[in-house]
Amino acid sequence: MKYLCLAYGDRAKMSKLSKSEFEALVARCKVHDAELQKSGHYVSAQSLEWDVTTIRARDGKTVVTDGPFVETRETVGGLVVIEARDLNEAIRIASLHPAAHLGEQLGWGIEIRPIADGCHQ
Amino acid sequence: MREPLEPAVDASQDTAQLARAAVEAAWRADSRRVLATLIRLLGDFDLAEEALGEAFATALESWPREGVPRNPRAWLVSTGRFRALDTLRRRRHFDALAARLVERVEAEPDEHEDVELADDRLRLIFTCCHPALAPEARVALTLREVCGLTTEELARSFLSSAPTVAQRIVRAKAHIREARLPYRVPSRAELPARLDAVLQVIYLAFNEGYSASTGASLTRAALSGEAIRLGRLLVELLPEPEAQGLLALMLLHDARRAARATPEGDLILIEDQDRSLWNAAQIAEGGALVERAIATRRFGAYTLQAAIAAVHAEAPSAAATDWEELVALYDLLLRALPTPVVELNRAMALAMRDGPAAGLAPIDALLARGELRDYHLAHAARADLCRRLGRATEARASYERALGLARQEPERRFLERRLRELSN
Repeated sequence: MKYLCLAYGDRAKMSKLSKSEFEALVARCKVHDAELQKSGHYVSAQSLEWDVTTIRARDGKTVVTDGPFVETRETVGGLVVIEARDLNEAIRIASLHPAAHLGEQLGWGIEIRPIADGCHQ
Repeated sequence: MREPLEPAVDASQDTAQLARAAVEAAWRADSRRVLATLIRLLGDFDLAEEALGEAFATALESWPREGVPRNPRAWLVSTGRFRALDTLRRRRHFDALAARLVERVEAEPDEHEDVELADDRLRLIFTCCHPALAPEARVALTLREVCGLTTEELARSFLSSAPTVAQRIVRAKAHIREARLPYRVPSRAELPARLDAVLQVIYLAFNEGYSASTGASLTRAALSGEAIRLGRLLVELLPEPEAQGLLALMLLHDARRAARATPEGDLILIEDQDRSLWNAAQIAEGGALVERAIATRRFGAYTLQAAIAAVHAEAPSAAATDWEELVALYDLLLRALPTPVVELNRAMALAMRDGPAAGLAPIDALLARGELRDYHLAHAARADLCRRLGRATEARASYERALGLARQEPERRFLERRLRELSN
């Protein structure tokens, strides 16, 4: 089964990192990416820019706004799709992501969603 | 002679296909056993699961190229351990747990591929059923780790959501890690109590599947089959009388599955069941297990309940049931398991042996003590005896009490049917 792991982070906290701190973080992410690719659970992984644009319908028209669909301090900063046997395996794999360890200082957290097989209500 | 039609490359494709099939077969047959050994070698559930995945991923790459190893299980354990060690060494710089584990694993000698591996599944069962874990967590953990059920399957079986079940499993594993619950088979002195906890988990899983009568009943019924498999594994690894007794009890109940409800889901009482639908092979197996357990003279409540089920299952007809034997077995069971529900069942056996009045007196005494006042089956039993004694008014009152307390739809329909029959 495929699971989407959405990594939420706090942009303001991230911007306060020093250059060396940021580089240490990137190095750690690279180790993780390599491990994930080798493990056979990797489907895809992307890091996102912080700029957000939202499109929604309002009064019969499509309206474009800058900013996220739901206003929160944390924004999705990365998304990883993994292949796992079940939800507990998905949790275990997602727990290895640096975002699952650095949560407290940088406001990171990961949301796991099973990817539906076809459409559902 | 003609040239062979198949080009040589197809032969190697065949080999590759066979190797892939061997990996799949090894997953089905051995993945739980390999996991159990990796947990022992690595000292951590999550790391072992990761190593298991890596071992099989490596097999998928290497077996088609290099051939299936002579002892696939030992190869998988050795590869998993090696891969885990590799991962831990990489992680130890930023992960305190990895740093602690790497020392531990390095200290353990590698088990050579040729060595006949110990079967660690019994340790796994005892740790998953450890009394320090929450009871619902024990069941979920055991079915996932020992039987290989997925979180989503467990959620469907227990009518729960996958995130709820997943959280239960994560917490249980964290507790095992933090409280450092031992990964071993308990000593002789601890065994009776610890085995009892294991048997409870298996019986709970069985009943969850057996009582399934609505909605997702098919997935849930599969749970009974899973519990029986687990019971068989336990008897194979630890042939204790009560483990045999529980397996017998499950086999004997499950043998009647096809006969115990109409296609519409209405209950059929045991005296009205079509006995040709009962599974004779399962009854024979259950009966033999009961005899073996009884012969040890160290049996307990599960064996006695199985013996009772065997008397019913082996009777050629309801009328030919050996009620004398049943009352004697209930007397023994009441000593091993002195509960009001056992007393109630004994009273019903007494009613069958000596007539309805003989059963009614102890049931009235039970109800007067107030112990089963809210138990619908006590009122249904009383109603049945009153009905057979021709005391229609009392029977009706008791059926109504039972109906007020019953929750399951098929049981409610049965009680309503009885009430209608009384009015005619």
